[in-house]
Amino acid sequence: MSEPVLRLQGLRKSFGGLVVTDDVTLDVQPGELHAVIGPNGAGKTTLINQISGLLLPDSGRILFDGADVTALPLYQRARRGLARSFQITSILAGFSVIDNVALAVQAHRGSSFRFFRAASSEEDLNRRALEALREVDLAHRADVQAGHLSHGEKRALELAIALAMEPKILLLDEPMAGAGRDETARLVAVLQRLKGRLPMILVEHDMTAVFALADRISVLIYGRVLASGAPDVVRNDPQVVAAYLGDEME
Amino acid sequence: MVESVAAAAPERGLSRARRADWTLPLLIFVAFAAVPLFGGAASGSYILSLVTRVMVFAIAALALDLLVGFGALVSFGHAAFMGLGAYAVGILAAHGIGDALVALPVALAAAMLFAWVTGIVCLRTRGVYFIMITLAFGQMAYFTASSLAPYGGDDGLTIAARNTIFGFEVLRDDRALYFVTLACLVGAYLLCRAVVGSRFGRVFRGARENPVRMAAIGFEVYRYQLVGYVLAGGLGGLSGFLLANATEFVSPAYMSWQRSGELIIMVILGGIGTLHGAIVGAAAFILVSEWLPEGIYQLGALLQIRSVSDFAEHWKIVFGPLLVLVVLFARGGLIGVGRRILGRSGHE
Repeated sequence: MSEPVLRLQGLRKSFGGLVVTDDVTLDVQPGELHAVIGPNGAGKTTLINQISGLLLPDSGRILFDGADVTALPLYQRARRGLARSFQITSILAGFSVIDNVALAVQAHRGSSFRFFRAASSEEDLNRRALEALREVDLAHRADVQAGHLSHGEKRALELAIALAMEPKILLLDEPMAGAGRDETARLVAVLQRLKGRLPMILVEHDMTAVFALADRISVLIYGRVLASGAPDVVRNDPQVVAAYLGDEME
Repeated sequence: MVESVAAAAPERGLSRARRADWTLPLLIFVAFAAVPLFGGAASGSYILSLVTRVMVFAIAALALDLLVGFGALVSFGHAAFMGLGAYAVGILAAHGIGDALVALPVALAAAMLFAWVTGIVCLRTRGVYFIMITLAFGQMAYFTASSLAPYGGDDGLTIAARNTIFGFEVLRDDRALYFVTLACLVGAYLLCRAVVGSRFGRVFRGARENPVRMAAIGFEVYRYQLVGYVLAGGLGGLSGFLLANATEFVSPAYMSWQRSGELIIMVILGGIGTLHGAIVGAAAFILVSEWLPEGIYQLGALLQIRSVSDFAEHWKIVFGPLLVLVVLFARGGLIGVGRRILGRSGHE
């Protein structure tokens, strides 16, 4: 096997007496879409928060792109190419759609301590932002104020922002959360297109989407990895069926 | 509706909006430039010094709007920057250094240094805590100035003469000071406009809306906020430099928390986050507080009611509720009201 892009080693995190991440070890191979599933409260978002740097683990290591990033803050990990989306939409509602994305481009292209030239007319930033918007089928809404987008469009914008960061890996925290059926189908199609080009960790409740997309699935229960493997293996694992999939698949 | 137009013709929609944004600021500056042409042309005239004062405070309010309106950093210690700029002029003058070439850089540097040092601490906090800690630093500056016995202490310090420029007593003429102040105001406004729209400004504004998102795309928000804070501090220092020259006097009162509060009121009164709103707010605040007592007295005289005339000395009882009314009913401040009136007539 080749060198994984991301490797978590014995990650542990507790809030008071509650252990939310319990000795989690998993990795993501280049180009792989690794889905993390599990019931509510299993610690999926907490895990994503630790990988992205919003939370620091109590112990364990996070290796990304050949370096130990365990102690780096959120913004430094983002600079290194760890891009995440948020379960609860996190966009700049007062900015136009394209400015939301252009900011992400700007973060990775040259200094932002420039005080005079109008940023919104920087062609290079806008062109790259539009490319990212095209990837998620949102280019036609580029000049709309982001707060006025529909929920599904906001989910797509989250994705475009992550893509504009020139990421080495995408951490997607329930990208379909709250989206309608059509919107979900559209987002799955977008992810399908991206698959293979970028490694991804996908946290998602929609099992149809997960099984359509994932190369590998890890099941998280009470902060522990209960099972990990190819979709078919996980689907038929009696422990997983008993603990989680039993309710979800019916 | 605005959206669909913008989506259909983004380029044109934006440029039109941008052009409209320039109309009012342009009118404001033309009005300022015209003041000396009417009535108050003479050096030493009341109008000239009053409007100079308006412009001086407009610069400070402009800088505060940069923080409050574009960074959601409600600084309650903004007067300290003005005070530092003013004291730089006063203290240097007391030691016989009266040239602007020294005094101005020192005023700016003092204010920016203070902003930098206090900003490092203040910007670690958010919301109400930020307000309280900026207030605390402002009061610290106030009490420090009050205790400066060699420089007048509580009583303040009279400056023998206005700053010279290259040794020339250019600013002795009130009109010259007026136009220098106007040039500074225009410069400060253009600087703020450019900064707000720049790469830096986009990060600064983004941090107001969603700091976590900004960090998640790779920005260390704190650094940008600190630079913004230092910039606003520098403009406050410029305003203080001009204030000291306009009044030929500096006093700890320049740094009091009441003064900081007045600056916040000016920004809110004019319309937060518009920049030129801060100028309108400063003008409205100063002119109304200047003319309201006289207005009440004249009203009493007109109605021939003695008690109304006598009420003039209690003008703040009228002024306070007036401000409350504007804040309550005129969302977006005076600029917002103007925009609504114009917007309505424009569409019908």
